[in-house]
Amino acid sequence: MIVPLDEAVRELVHDGDTIALEGFTHLIPVAAGHEIIRQGLRDLTLVRMTPDIVYDQLIGAGCAGKLVFSWGGNPGVGSLHRFRDAVTSSWPVPLEIEEHSHAGMANRYVAGASGLPFAILRGYSGTDLVENNPNIRTVTCPFTGQELAAVPALNPDVTVVHAQRADRDGNVQLWGITGIQKEAVLAADRALVTVEEVVDTLDPVPGQVILPERVVDRVSVAPGGAAPSYAHGYYERDNEAYRAWDAVGRDREAFTAWLEELIAAPTTPEPAGRGL
Amino acid sequence: MTTVTWTSDEIMTVTAARSLRDRMSCFVGIGLPSTAANVARRTHAPGLWMIYESGTLGTVPGHLPLSIGDGILADTADTVVSVPEVFNYWLQAGRIDVGFLGAAQIDRYANINTTVIGDYADPEVRLPGAGGAPEIAASCREVTVIMRHSRRAFVDRVDFVTSVGHGSGPGDRERLGLRGAGPMRVITDLGVLEPDPLTRELVLTGVHPGVEPDAVREATGWDLAVAGDLAVTPEPTDAELSVVRSLTGGS
Repeated sequence: MIVPLDEAVRELVHDGDTIALEGFTHLIPVAAGHEIIRQGLRDLTLVRMTPDIVYDQLIGAGCAGKLVFSWGGNPGVGSLHRFRDAVTSSWPVPLEIEEHSHAGMANRYVAGASGLPFAILRGYSGTDLVENNPNIRTVTCPFTGQELAAVPALNPDVTVVHAQRADRDGNVQLWGITGIQKEAVLAADRALVTVEEVVDTLDPVPGQVILPERVVDRVSVAPGGAAPSYAHGYYERDNEAYRAWDAVGRDREAFTAWLEELIAAPTTPEPAGRGL
Repeated sequence: MTTVTWTSDEIMTVTAARSLRDRMSCFVGIGLPSTAANVARRTHAPGLWMIYESGTLGTVPGHLPLSIGDGILADTADTVVSVPEVFNYWLQAGRIDVGFLGAAQIDRYANINTTVIGDYADPEVRLPGAGGAPEIAASCREVTVIMRHSRRAFVDRVDFVTSVGHGSGPGDRERLGLRGAGPMRVITDLGVLEPDPLTRELVLTGVHPGVEPDAVREATGWDLAVAGDLAVTPEPTDAELSVVRSLTGGS
């Protein structure tokens, strides 16, 4: 259950998989994303509501063939330039996109977690998203006759999330802004959770989400593994790093240099005395 | 003549803040809308109930968040809920008074584009995309848009309808089943635009002090109509400016 991150990625993620690395600004599984880049995975369908700089990096590294998303940007800073380059110039490889709204994506995960084939919502009506995405359709309510939007369930092959901590059995605890992580894990065929630390007992925290070990396939200890996003109670969001990414992401050469450095670096080491 | 002691961004922010009333529930977009909502809460609307789409309800951040999900939003919220809950139980169910949105492009019927400039399949500029905006624009009781005025941003027809304003005119929102009233004001660094009650087309109804209506028409990509009883925005007060500057670091 609790294994090093490189081993967990090797076991759970394969070329061609549909993979969601979720996190709504908080607890973004950045270390796991970097390990996917390092292992050279290809032709992934990347899924996420809010692809930010780690998705920019995965796309720029050529890991993705498709992106399913609702908002792709560098939060508070601007655009994702590797994403832009892939969409407008197919660099380094063409990137197919499937685009939703947040409400649509959230409900797709809910349907996936609920074992339903599709989700309904009041949404999308009148937008140009409808004609550009065959996965946005309508359904008529059998009780009231109202027409509502329908979107298919999302069931990733693998979901990866980052959490504050796990116990030695692999039960996972996260808190703060917990976004869509519970639904994304329950919707997936396989789940990998990176954590700040492993503890003997998960002391209750207000607003916590618990992912029981039976829905988690692998836990890997990755202290700081959400940086430059943050882990509530552990470290703050590194806003400067988000601002600094803009210049790296804008330039293919600067990005390539960044990528070579990442690939050469070892998988996030596990500091002595933590967990395990 | 008195010296102007504020910037066009500052009067835009103050004007947007003034449009909020105390105890309203406000779904807040990041950037200019977030600044304005936080100014309102620190001035005339201390009971403003701010919601960010990360699931933070009733948040009272001590400084402006850079992102929609900064830790300060969770730390100071009445409650933090999941993303499906914020969109389904709070927004979709019609519990939000006003949506505060920014935009890359807006048209004469206040339709909003945050997706692409140019053709969708082969865009000139790829923008971040929809996020929460389509359903915020659909389901809040009304919407306020805050954005800087330019001919690139204020166009006759948006390249892509990410979020529906007033569609192509009267009756469109009803026909599409959109339950909120849609954009009821667009607040810019030059003035205020509001939909004409009959045609639903945006009309210039207010200008900031020192701004000529022709300058606004010049910065607008369609033949902007000017209201007969054009208002002039009251000058920002010292108190308002000091709050804006304490949040933005300006002086």
